[in-house]
Amino acid sequence: MTGAREGERARAPRTFLGMPRTRPAAFPQAAVAATEDATLRGNLTHATHTIRGKRAAAVAELPDWDRLRAAGAAIKDDTLRHLDRYLEQLEAAVTAAGGHVHWAVDAAEANAIVTRLVRETGADEVVKVKSMATQEIGLNEALAEAGIRAYETDLAELIVQLGDDLPSHILVPAIHKNRGEIRDIFRDRMADWGRPAPAGLGDRPAELAEAARLHLREKFLGAKVAVSGANFMVAESGTMVVLESEGNGRMCLTLPETLISVVGIEKVVPTWRDLEVFLQLLPRSSTAERMNPYTSTWSGPAEDDGPRDFHLVLLDNGRTDTLSDQVGRQALRCIRCSACLNVCPVYERAGGHAYGSAYPGPIGAILTPQLRGTASALDASLPYASTLCGACYEVCPVAIDIPEVLVHLRTRVAEGGTYTVRGTKAVIKPAKGHAAERAAMRAARWTMDRPRAYGAALRATTGTRRLHPRRLPGPGKAWSATRDLPPVPQEPFRAWWRRTRGAGS
Amino acid sequence: MSSRETILARVRAATRDAAGTPEPAVPRDYLRVHGDRSPAESVDLLAENLADYRALVHRTDTGGLPGLLARLFAERGTRTLLVPDGLPPAWTAAVDADRVPDRAASTARELDAVDSVLTGCALAVAETGTLVLDAGPGQGRRRITLIPDHHVCVVRVPEQVVDSLPQAMERLDPARPLTWISGPSATSDIELDRVEGVHGPRTLEVVLATV
Ligand code: SF4
Repeated sequence: MTGAREGERARAPRTFLGMPRTRPAAFPQAAVAATEDATLRGNLTHATHTIRGKRAAAVAELPDWDRLRAAGAAIKDDTLRHLDRYLEQLEAAVTAAGGHVHWAVDAAEANAIVTRLVRETGADEVVKVKSMATQEIGLNEALAEAGIRAYETDLAELIVQLGDDLPSHILVPAIHKNRGEIRDIFRDRMADWGRPAPAGLGDRPAELAEAARLHLREKFLGAKVAVSGANFMVAESGTMVVLESEGNGRMCLTLPETLISVVGIEKVVPTWRDLEVFLQLLPRSSTAERMNPYTSTWSGPAEDDGPRDFHLVLLDNGRTDTLSDQVGRQALRCIRCSACLNVCPVYERAGGHAYGSAYPGPIGAILTPQLRGTASALDASLPYASTLCGACYEVCPVAIDIPEVLVHLRTRVAEGGTYTVRGTKAVIKPAKGHAAERAAMRAARWTMDRPRAYGAALRATTGTRRLHPRRLPGPGKAWSATRDLPPVPQEPFRAWWRRTRGAGS
Repeated sequence: MSSRETILARVRAATRDAAGTPEPAVPRDYLRVHGDRSPAESVDLLAENLADYRALVHRTDTGGLPGLLARLFAERGTRTLLVPDGLPPAWTAAVDADRVPDRAASTARELDAVDSVLTGCALAVAETGTLVLDAGPGQGRRRITLIPDHHVCVVRVPEQVVDSLPQAMERLDPARPLTWISGPSATSDIELDRVEGVHGPRTLEVVLATV
């Protein structure tokens, strides 16, 4: 095996969960720090504006985009409505194909399962394909504590890992770094993790990609165990689907002897045919390509081709709690394309780290407070990290009405209510006068005090509304809702803001 | 209660409000194909989209195929060529390179020393410029089209070309391990700019062979 020298301790990576090095600041503090960082702001503006235009062009190629979007939303709603049935079907199909299925109620259990599975192989290192689920549960840190080194192999994840940094974007976790900074990280840090950067490394993207190719090749060729996520799991056939660009995914999925995939339970789709919708929606929304360079699908271990052992770890970790919220459950449709981040004026100014979880941007603002609850100041402030401009909804390929969920979660923070925690109904009190409310107020002030961000956001949507599909019915209050939703609700928030501004913060 | 039972019970409790409400149908009124093309036009579109994602596209017919392949590998300087089982022997008859068979026992490091790989495919999707390999005859194990730096893929046209993704899904078998390839390995991870050539083959050549 490469890389792990005798007696060397696996280094604990930084994490959003578990034991962060510093307590996560609430959204407003972190956002203020980010807006004052001119390089960071420049990097983000450049990258998000580039991808915005490309996405719009890729979407415009398909005259039936709105129908694909409606189908995607409906397939996900059907999946969620009958999730128990589809999970059982998936389990049966994966098992019949020779795979092993494990169930994890929370992050700790998922980490324990993966750690045990890796130990059983005798390996002390794993190669990883970028996976939101494993970031969410802090898997790398848990493995490090068990003496197992996890090598990230996605280029952006590698940059983050070498830089001892945190991801700040779903698709491009190192979006906050420019080429010069990446060159410095490679030059200074690659040697600590394996093959050093080539001498005289420049900052052209092609050179940087070549350096990553050489550095990671050693790891791939010797890897015994890989850990991945999956974009989709097909219930009827037990098929796992991974979309990627670089080939690091294919390396991890086909070269090691053991493959462990950690996947959120909401990633299941009922049928093979359903992929014809998502394979059109995802690449165009995500990287603005007709199709991403590589997609791998497999149903259990293939005979004499790729890993002999395949383990699927199905992760709950707050998803069933989210599912029980009639308004909030639509967040579980998310296919993690990151289009909502790229159009968000608040994300563009605040940066991904301000959201304090693996899920930054608008989707993070609605998903994290549901997966983790709104007890902490950070999580309570997230629903306020938005101007409610609606651009996120308009680009979302599965029509998640993010503004609607934001307003719903604000009500939960401000007024309290009933929701589900670990499967049990609980009543939460209004945050009034608590640290959580003060954090929420500061987040609200931060966004409201940025007229430029606010104005730009409004212009961004009104200018393009003509091109976007009519609002789709949310899965909403009832599963069979067919009515149109009301327009983006700005008024309740403004009213709330006027009523409470200056009080308590 | 096992974690499995816990999760399933939570799902059932969370979706209880669905009981008795009508089951909405998934709207399938999206297009099966984007445009009305003759088979020849579909092949043209495939060529165009492959090239747009930086694959090198060549066209020939059955008679010209051995000569073309011999020329491509000679120009590349290929000394060792991976050839999966089931590839028509005529394709490589004129190629001047040592043949390396696709064997389960080969190690990844051995494959890393091979210059080029030649395969067929299961089908190609014109609208997206995508090749799909299903590990069938003439395609080999998934890793052989990954580790060598140069992949040449032969598509029999027009029979292996479908127009769209919905048409592709109908023809593909989920029980087989599938690899979908749209251009050479690439990344957008540095400033969201696309750069070709990361871990997979940095050169992808596609031969559209009329049969
Ligand atoms: S919420 Fe929608 S736009 Fe945002 S990442 Fe998820 S699927 Fe994409």
